[in-house]
Amino acid sequence: MTKTALLKSTVFGAAAAALMAFTASASAADVGACLITKTDTNPFFVKMKEGATAKATELGINLKSYAGKIDGDNESQVAAIESCIADGAKGILLVPSDSKAIVDSVKKARDAGILVIALDTPLEPIDAADATFATDNFKAGELIGSWAKATLGDAAKDAKIAYLDLNPSQPTVDVLRDQGFMSGFGIDTKDASKIGDEDDARNVCHDITNGNEEGGRTAMENCLQKDPGINVVYTINEPAAAGAYEALKAVGMEGNVLIVSVDGGCPGVKNVSEGVIGATSQQYPLLMASMGIEAIKKFADTGEKPAPTEGKDFFDTGATLVTDKPAAGVDSIDTKTGTEKCWG
Amino acid sequence: MSDAPSGARQPQDFERVLSASDKSVARFDRHDRSPLERVQHFLHSNPAAVPLIVLVVSVFAFAVVIGGKFFSAFTLTLILQQVAIVGIVGAAQTLVILTAGIDLSVGAIMVLSSVVMGQFVFRYGLPAPIAILCGFGVGALCGLLNGVLVARMKLPPFIVTLGTWQIVLATNFLYSANETIRSQDIEAQAPLLQLFGANLRIGGAVFTYGVIVMILLVALLWYVLNHTAWGRHVYAVGDDPEAADLSGVNVSRMLISVYVISGLICALAGWVLIGRLGSVSPTSGQFANIESITAVVIGGISLFGGRGSILGMLFGALIVGVFSLGLRLIGTDPQWTYLLIGVLIIGAVAIDQWIRKVAG
Repeated sequence: MTKTALLKSTVFGAAAAALMAFTASASAADVGACLITKTDTNPFFVKMKEGATAKATELGINLKSYAGKIDGDNESQVAAIESCIADGAKGILLVPSDSKAIVDSVKKARDAGILVIALDTPLEPIDAADATFATDNFKAGELIGSWAKATLGDAAKDAKIAYLDLNPSQPTVDVLRDQGFMSGFGIDTKDASKIGDEDDARNVCHDITNGNEEGGRTAMENCLQKDPGINVVYTINEPAAAGAYEALKAVGMEGNVLIVSVDGGCPGVKNVSEGVIGATSQQYPLLMASMGIEAIKKFADTGEKPAPTEGKDFFDTGATLVTDKPAAGVDSIDTKTGTEKCWG
Repeated sequence: MSDAPSGARQPQDFERVLSASDKSVARFDRHDRSPLERVQHFLHSNPAAVPLIVLVVSVFAFAVVIGGKFFSAFTLTLILQQVAIVGIVGAAQTLVILTAGIDLSVGAIMVLSSVVMGQFVFRYGLPAPIAILCGFGVGALCGLLNGVLVARMKLPPFIVTLGTWQIVLATNFLYSANETIRSQDIEAQAPLLQLFGANLRIGGAVFTYGVIVMILLVALLWYVLNHTAWGRHVYAVGDDPEAADLSGVNVSRMLISVYVISGLICALAGWVLIGRLGSVSPTSGQFANIESITAVVIGGISLFGGRGSILGMLFGALIVGVFSLGLRLIGTDPQWTYLLIGVLIIGAVAIDQWIRKVAG
């Protein structure tokens, strides 16, 4: 045997041994599941992954996690679904980046007998997935809308409201929260699937933030230029709210403007307790993920698929208003309880 | 010729026509320049003129359309505040592009530096000035990595920084765990980090320290690029590295120094970013690389290196700022801003190509 041949057979032998070890470990946990999120940098998805991993370990499920590179990265998610099909997974938990474009790939997975559950963001159409576990974003918007209205009291009819939305393409979550707020505040939304077609004079500004501090600050500055009398600010999420607060502080208006938001992340809840944000609607990513894993386990054991919440076309994992200034007629929890349940 | 010609030699038969021929010396400027050519010459010698004209025209156009809400000291200085970050990152980008390179990693370096400044205070309890120095150190180190890969390994800058962009951004997310440090905590424990958020008010005009540092930086770099040996070498290396080498410029050392300084400027941008946001947010600045390249290109700086003025970059950044805020005040869909910026980019490059064809 020459030296090269010896080397080759050693490498081959080692590879074969490794392969055997791998198959052995795979058969120990024969129920496979995949978690595919938009990105693995957003704390919301980090928390989701934590919840899924903890539950999977508890139930003996072999969980693999995938994520896109940035929000909106559809290609990586398609590749992830293909890997999961090839891997023989029993179920996929998917947070779609592009809720329409991913539908064909989801169909392929379901045709292969895999249970597909959409988390956080529904697919379009919503029945393209076997089930959807999500926050009712319209409800989340409605909660902060009604709170703002109740807090302002009589002044609500002369309010000047700025809307700091997500991005120009108006994804569903953006529309639902924005229109939910209006509905809660008592503003006619016209077409509830479209932002910006309203004619209520109280809506003085709509701008986009990309959901971060930078965008929140710039958008707030732009809105103040349009109307310096703004006294209510709706924000798509808490980082955008923090940016808006900085812009208001720069012109000394932070004391007389009511900021509301959605998410319930830990820094956000802390901002509520310090009065930066008036109220926020908290959502529960950890719950979405752990319930998703339970559903996959049940499906693998009995073949039974999860059912939606009564009266809705998805399973509502809940949204709770967090504020230290409760308003009459709007249920809420204080920031102490909110902090116990916060994520990220 | 052995026998000198006698002075009175008669022209030969075929030479007789010579007396009627043109006796003037050969010239290259064959005719008077047309007005268009004069413009072309003027622009060739003043590369920042086009963006300056576009900037002034667009400010007046928006002032006419929108009125006092736009054309006020407060709004115009607000635009400065909104472009401060892009302006500073754009200065770093300008240096690199003048050497015929490109730096896709600028935004990532900026964010990582700001995260280091924040986390070194809040995670390790270091005093703020030390943490800030560490942030600058990280910026310089990232620049050094780019510079060594470009100058010593001879890899194309686009590929190198495409790689380091990913590496630095991933490091940023891994290191920070994507945790935001809240503005209120920074204010309480390390207000020095928010230094550039403080401002100077003159009447209605508001100049944040971030804006002032951007203007000072651009002015300083303008002086350095035009009036120091190092600055002239930057242009020389970008125009023709071999000619620069033959003239005694140490090309690879120049390139490394440019990338390191670019990294340091990005770290400065990171510090200014904390001032603007109040908080330290690992998700910010995702598009700073594209925005800075946009400012540089609209500013009339040639992507082929060696030509353009850093003042043009500042005007380019301001043009984008004016269009963004102006169109928002008019109330158009934000997509129109992107569309117009796209038109400006292509227009700027087309004008650059035309100016390069200047004759004589």
